Amino acid sequence: MGKNVATRNAYGEVLIEIGQRNSRVVVLDADLSKSTKTAGFGEAFPERFFNMGIAEADMMGTAAGLAAAGLIPFASTFAVFATGRVFDQVRNSIAYPNLNVKIVATHGGITVGEDGASHQSVEDIAIMRSLPNMKVVVPADAVETRKVIEAAVEEKGPFYIRLGRSGVPQVLEESAEFNLGRGMVLRKGSEATIIATGIMVSKALEAAEELEEKGLQVRVINMSTIKPLDEELILEAARETGFIVTAEEHSIIGGLGSGVAEVLVEKYPVPMKRVGIMDTFGESGPPELLLEKYGLTAKNIKEAVLSLAK
Amino acid sequence: MTYINQGKISYLEKKARVLRRYIVRMIGEAGSGHPGGSLSAADIISVLYFDLLNIDPSNPFDPQRDRFVLSKGHGAPVLYAALAERGFFPVENLWTLRKLDSPLQGHPDMTKVPGVEMSTGSLGQGLSAANGMALAARVQDLGYRVYVMIGDGETEEGQIWEAAMTSSHYSLDNLTGFLDHNGLQIDGPVDQVMSPLPISEKWRAFGWEVIEVDGHNIEEIWKACQKAYTIKGKPTMIVCKTIKGKGVSFMEDKVEWHGSAPSKEQVEQALEELEEEVI
Repeated sequence: MGKNVATRNAYGEVLIEIGQRNSRVVVLDADLSKSTKTAGFGEAFPERFFNMGIAEADMMGTAAGLAAAGLIPFASTFAVFATGRVFDQVRNSIAYPNLNVKIVATHGGITVGEDGASHQSVEDIAIMRSLPNMKVVVPADAVETRKVIEAAVEEKGPFYIRLGRSGVPQVLEESAEFNLGRGMVLRKGSEATIIATGIMVSKALEAAEELEEKGLQVRVINMSTIKPLDEELILEAARETGFIVTAEEHSIIGGLGSGVAEVLVEKYPVPMKRVGIMDTFGESGPPELLLEKYGLTAKNIKEAVLSLAK
Repeated sequence: MTYINQGKISYLEKKARVLRRYIVRMIGEAGSGHPGGSLSAADIISVLYFDLLNIDPSNPFDPQRDRFVLSKGHGAPVLYAALAERGFFPVENLWTLRKLDSPLQGHPDMTKVPGVEMSTGSLGQGLSAANGMALAARVQDLGYRVYVMIGDGETEEGQIWEAAMTSSHYSLDNLTGFLDHNGLQIDGPVDQVMSPLPISEKWRAFGWEVIEVDGHNIEEIWKACQKAYTIKGKPTMIVCKTIKGKGVSFMEDKVEWHGSAPSKEQVEQALEELEEEVI
């Protein structure tokens, strides 16, 4: 595994690269451009960068208007503000008219850390997943983030892309391909499957490695696209490995785990466990300690797998 | 530029009556809808759609076209009436309003009707979208103008004032707003439900040029639009004093006609009144 890089940093860099070759890309932020890393784009292309101030609802509506006029707006703020605070604007001004707005939210999940629960989104994926037309992607690392952002420019329609504040280990090869709506098997295995998203992918790989030492061959899938969900890959894993554990830095209600469960229950029911935040808000603290306290470690994933392996 | 002749005034008045006739019939056929706020906006819409807007029904997605955003989306019937009369779709389609499989949704859907520039209905959102379109004109160096209509009750939504800041912060002088100031909202007079008054002062304080007009006087509306073209460095809000239900005697200034459909007999009576006005 490579060095730890926050996905938001990769976002800031790739935006500038895209901005250089695509004059239709514009960026909006709501007074958090230093944290979301859109500030660099703003310096490089001031005429295509709009700071909307602390007014997220207006930011989403303005992005909708820019998209309606043929541009490709990226709108960024923290995940908690990009979803719950502006749900109606995203629903009615962006998703319903199927406008080409890319909502790239940083500071997803509890690894926001010290700012505490008011700033930690544990329900954003559930909210955005419920919207027709919306595509939902959570990249696993900096490498994938760059590819996801590139793909979002090419693919018409609204996106919700969830990034994180803290550094995450590199889990993908530079050459790895991102295909919207397709999961990625990062580790082969026939006895169990872990489907993970975002920062939990590296922890899933860690868990799988430890489980191999115990003689269990565990398949690890990076499910970066949560909507549309790769049903085929989920069903294949269910058929071939017999049970599934999901892992996400999000409430167990409405996120990846729910999505996978929905597919399995209707099409191929197998035992499963969801590793995630247990229907509770977070709190202030260092990210690593929060992950431990809220049950989002490799150990938690390992235990979930073992509980089903018997 | 600032002169409008009597012939054009009469023409636009006549078109406004056509719009009002369509509105009444359309909502009568639908059995539901919002006649009051559609009728109050008819004269403004007539000036836009039959004189000022640079739009072409045969090329509805021309990047250079002017944009009109109906932020008060419940006024959809007046917008549909104008689009049909301009030839964006056949007039017969108006009678499918609000019916299953009709493109004419209860509130405007830009994905279903060419000429509808923004899907609206959830109040307070259209001005933000209009700002985005005005900014896009600047980014792409296109010379089009953006018009947006909001309701006075709608200004109770906080997002309107976020957007009002944006329009002036970004000096959007390619943006003209219309405030359909008919004084009524669903639950009663705006100043009793949640007063947005004094309204002109608020827009001025937010950095807008404000022009007050009689929203049923074609000449005043037209001249205010012309003046707005000359205002540089800031957006213009034309505060239009209007009468809700204007043109249909039994609907005028009656809050109960915000969102209820006329009966068959009421439609006939209304159409008679709107006929009589023809000079």
